[in-house]
Amino acid sequence: MLYINCPHCGMRPQIEFSYGGDASVKRPELNKEISDQEWDDFVYNRKSLRGKHLELWQHISGCRQWIKVERDTATHEIFNTFKADEEVA
Amino acid sequence: MQKYSIFNLVKNAFSNHQNWDLAWKDPEPKDEYDVVIIGGGGHGLATAYYLAKEHNITKVAIIEKGWIGGGNVGRNTTIIRSNYMHDENGLFSEFGMDLWRKMSQDLNYNVMFSPRGIINLAHSDAQMNAYARRGNSMRLNGIDAVLLNREQVKEIIPMADFSENVRFPIFGGLMQPSAGTARHDAVAWGYARQADDMGVDIIQNCEVIGFDVSAGKINGIRTSRGNIKAKKVGLCVAGSTNILAEKLNMTLPIETHLLQACVSEPVKPVLDSVVTFGAGHFYISQSDKGEMVMGGDLDGYNSYAQRGNLPTLQHVLTEGIAMMPFLSKLKMLRTWGGIMDMSMDGSPIIDKTHIDGLYLNCGWCYGGFKATPASGWTFAHTIAQDRVHKLNAGYSLNRFNTGHLIDEKGLGTKTWIS
Repeated sequence: MLYINCPHCGMRPQIEFSYGGDASVKRPELNKEISDQEWDDFVYNRKSLRGKHLELWQHISGCRQWIKVERDTATHEIFNTFKADEEVA
Repeated sequence: MQKYSIFNLVKNAFSNHQNWDLAWKDPEPKDEYDVVIIGGGGHGLATAYYLAKEHNITKVAIIEKGWIGGGNVGRNTTIIRSNYMHDENGLFSEFGMDLWRKMSQDLNYNVMFSPRGIINLAHSDAQMNAYARRGNSMRLNGIDAVLLNREQVKEIIPMADFSENVRFPIFGGLMQPSAGTARHDAVAWGYARQADDMGVDIIQNCEVIGFDVSAGKINGIRTSRGNIKAKKVGLCVAGSTNILAEKLNMTLPIETHLLQACVSEPVKPVLDSVVTFGAGHFYISQSDKGEMVMGGDLDGYNSYAQRGNLPTLQHVLTEGIAMMPFLSKLKMLRTWGGIMDMSMDGSPIIDKTHIDGLYLNCGWCYGGFKATPASGWTFAHTIAQDRVHKLNAGYSLNRFNTGHLIDEKGLGTKTWIS
């Protein structure tokens, strides 16, 4: 069982959360010309890093807020959690 | 090579089976090969075998980081089927079914292929309709499919829960009678032994650390055991696809996820087909040793760990117990995990790449084992001829760009819920 420190609710078990994928993926800006490649990268292409990975989770059985989690995909260690609108360096 | 036969078995009994040849050698990597296959799993070994057998290309090396058959070919639940609705998947898998039927003779290695049938259970009228549609699509592609009603299912799996007051009553099911199981390790070993015999070098404990690419063309690979020149390189590394793609500056429509499986303690024969639960994600069969072999959902978040967490296992087994309540009395013998190359439409990629001489075989999600022979056969063709075969033409890399997705389940790009 993973334990995720929800920035709104505190430490909670993984079963309260649902996963939302890679948080580093950015939707292309809509106010300019967008190439097919940019859409591909947004919709389909993923780095799927081994190691430190910034990802979205939703505290679905808790506060229902989306959060960002920095987690190691090889060891499952969780380094840090952030609110969804926090910029992560 | 010594043939495996009853006569050789008797002959070797006189020397207490001490004098059998090694099934494959352990060569040092040479400086140069015509083709290097990265990944000594089922698909890589099959590719090397068909390169030698069908295309007479034998200056081939298989480069494996660990030991052959130690990845997903040794970690799956051994199910073989071709019960797909879409033409690309159906025709490809049915071609594979034919190779499965001949495999033990072809490889002179008993892969214990057991066409015991697979039943996908339906738990609503809507699901029965969907299965009827899929069954019809299968039959149009020459694949056997039978729609079973509740009574017919009960005859085959009387131990399932047929009581009236359950949350997910069994309405019926779709059966593919020619589907089944095979001994997964034997598939890897059988392909390895034959490939080795035809001159393929199987190089284990050799990690790929980089690629030598210049002017858009592959020249070779760099490994933990030295540089190897190669005219052509095939990537067949399943859950490690993204790691190697990064070394090639490629970003692929693949995410790496963890899937668990487990077996119970062995019990007397109780289940003689493969059964899947239709209201969730759970599948079960019984091995020849008597263990109930079970699996289901991904753990649900990107992972390279090759070991899972208990909440998913508990969730999956809860579904199993809902379907077959007697399972709750069994003890768990083993659980394990493997890492899956989940593609963004749930279908694989077997294609050339933008780098000349570099070929890609990935995106098998958790359906890779059954595809082993067909994947090896078509990948060998793609590498040898430098063009895709019509069987894998749909499994192109650029389908994500052109929109020709093969989304069997209609789930889209949320790989972790598929």
